[in-house]
Amino acid sequence: MIVVNGLCKTFDKTPVLRGIDEHIHQGEKVVIIGPSGSGKSTFLRCLNLLETPTSGTILIEGEDITAPGANVDKIRQKMGMVFQQFNLFPHLNVLDNITLSPVKTGKNTKEEARDIAFSLLKRVGLEEKAGSFPGQLSGGQKQRIAIIRALAMSPDVMLFDEPTSALDPEMVGEVLQVMKDLAEAGMTMVVVTHEMGFAREVASRVLFMDEGLIAEQGEPDEFFKNPKNERTRSFLSRVGI
Amino acid sequence: MVQWIIGKWDAFSHDVYLNFIKESRYLLILDGLKTTILLSITAILFGIVLGGLATLLRRSKYGFLRAIGYTYVDVIRGTPSMMQLLVINFVVFASVNVDLFVVGTVAFGLNSGAYISEIFRAGILSIDKGQTEAGRSLGLSSSQTMTYIILPQAIKNILPALANEFIMLIKETAIVGYIAMRDLTKAGDIIRSLTYDAYMPLLAVALLYYLLVKILTLGIEWLERYLRASDMR
Ligand SMILES: Nc1ncnc2c1ncn2[C@@H]1O[C@H](COP(=O)(O)OP(=O)(O)OP(=O)(O)O)[C@@H](O)[C@H]1O
Ligand SMILES: [Mg+2]
Repeated sequence: MIVVNGLCKTFDKTPVLRGIDEHIHQGEKVVIIGPSGSGKSTFLRCLNLLETPTSGTILIEGEDITAPGANVDKIRQKMGMVFQQFNLFPHLNVLDNITLSPVKTGKNTKEEARDIAFSLLKRVGLEEKAGSFPGQLSGGQKQRIAIIRALAMSPDVMLFDEPTSALDPEMVGEVLQVMKDLAEAGMTMVVVTHEMGFAREVASRVLFMDEGLIAEQGEPDEFFKNPKNERTRSFLSRVGI
Repeated sequence: MVQWIIGKWDAFSHDVYLNFIKESRYLLILDGLKTTILLSITAILFGIVLGGLATLLRRSKYGFLRAIGYTYVDVIRGTPSMMQLLVINFVVFASVNVDLFVVGTVAFGLNSGAYISEIFRAGILSIDKGQTEAGRSLGLSSSQTMTYIILPQAIKNILPALANEFIMLIKETAIVGYIAMRDLTKAGDIIRSLTYDAYMPLLAVALLYYLLVKILTLGIEWLERYLRASDMR
């Protein structure tokens, strides 16, 4: 579903991604871990072209999104993204946050978008917040809204960049629960996170990134029990595994 | 003592009569005030259009369009507004016969457009990059993201700054006497040349400017409070 070949990204001559080859299949839940600055966010952001790759190709469902003339807006509609800082639109209420994109891109009529929004709100137990503004919500509520805002576009894949890192500890659980439900429902997911419990429980594959490369990967059981790479071992022991 | 006060009062009422009542000279002031206000309004409107265009140019993906927008802002900000007014009147419109009001509108509109473009730019830059990224990641185009996400938030910073620019413009237009427009300042000056009294007419004109600006400033303060209150929700 996502095929990455020789992906490189350089910021002002500093190589951040140094040739990533990766194949993500439909329905997979890929969890990316690695030390700070190893390029996890940059990799994720290249997937939906928030960063422009310096070289290499990315195929999404067979379409080369790095080709000149690729319809970037159309491609992004198929890829939801959840940010560490939520990035809800503070001037719009929760309902409008969710319906803005489906309506403006012509995917749904206003009424359809509204119905979809309410069924998504129900799914995460936030129906009564439809009329609230982001400033009135807790961090956990904001992130759950951000997730369903992305889901309202019916994406084929969801990208998460440290979705729980900006949350108070007591709110991490409610967001992870929504992500687990989503995983169970069969969504293809690529998740950058420091939540090793989540990786163990949900991941179909764990990628360890180090200095712009995927240094090691494997199924979570094997990966956490028998890390082969020295850097993986020292990273895992540092985060307490 | 009483004599002295009465004497002063007589002198004062005579000055008022001479400068404002005689030959309906107050009408000069009123007409001037009208010209100052109207010119400031048309100039700010023209400036908003130009400022918007310049901002679009400066955000274009084409280098030469960005260069045009940048050069416009750079040249206007780098030269005195007095020079700009004279050039527009005596060079650009030298051989065409247009209403002076149009000349003034063009000159001050061009001038404030550059500053307004900076206001727009700062307003847009004040919005967190994450807002644009969220919009784009949802599949909105860059102009949709600008229209529905960035501008509605940036407007809260832009509006007070625009109102400030309007106040600046009211005071800046005091130089249009140089191209023979009869604004408020010029009106005071005309009366001075008729009555040989500088004190009364110039003081009256200054007071009118001050009141005008004061009212607008209070309006801006109210606007800022209102916008801040709407942030609280
Ligand atoms: N826009 C940018 N301009 C310049 N350098 C950047 C930019 N974005 C990221 N970098 C650099 O690229 C490197 C990798 O950044 P990235 O955000 O991908 O790391 P990360 O693995 O997500 O780290 P973290 O766990 O801290 O989020 C860092 O050294 C960072 O400073
Ligand atoms: Mg990161």
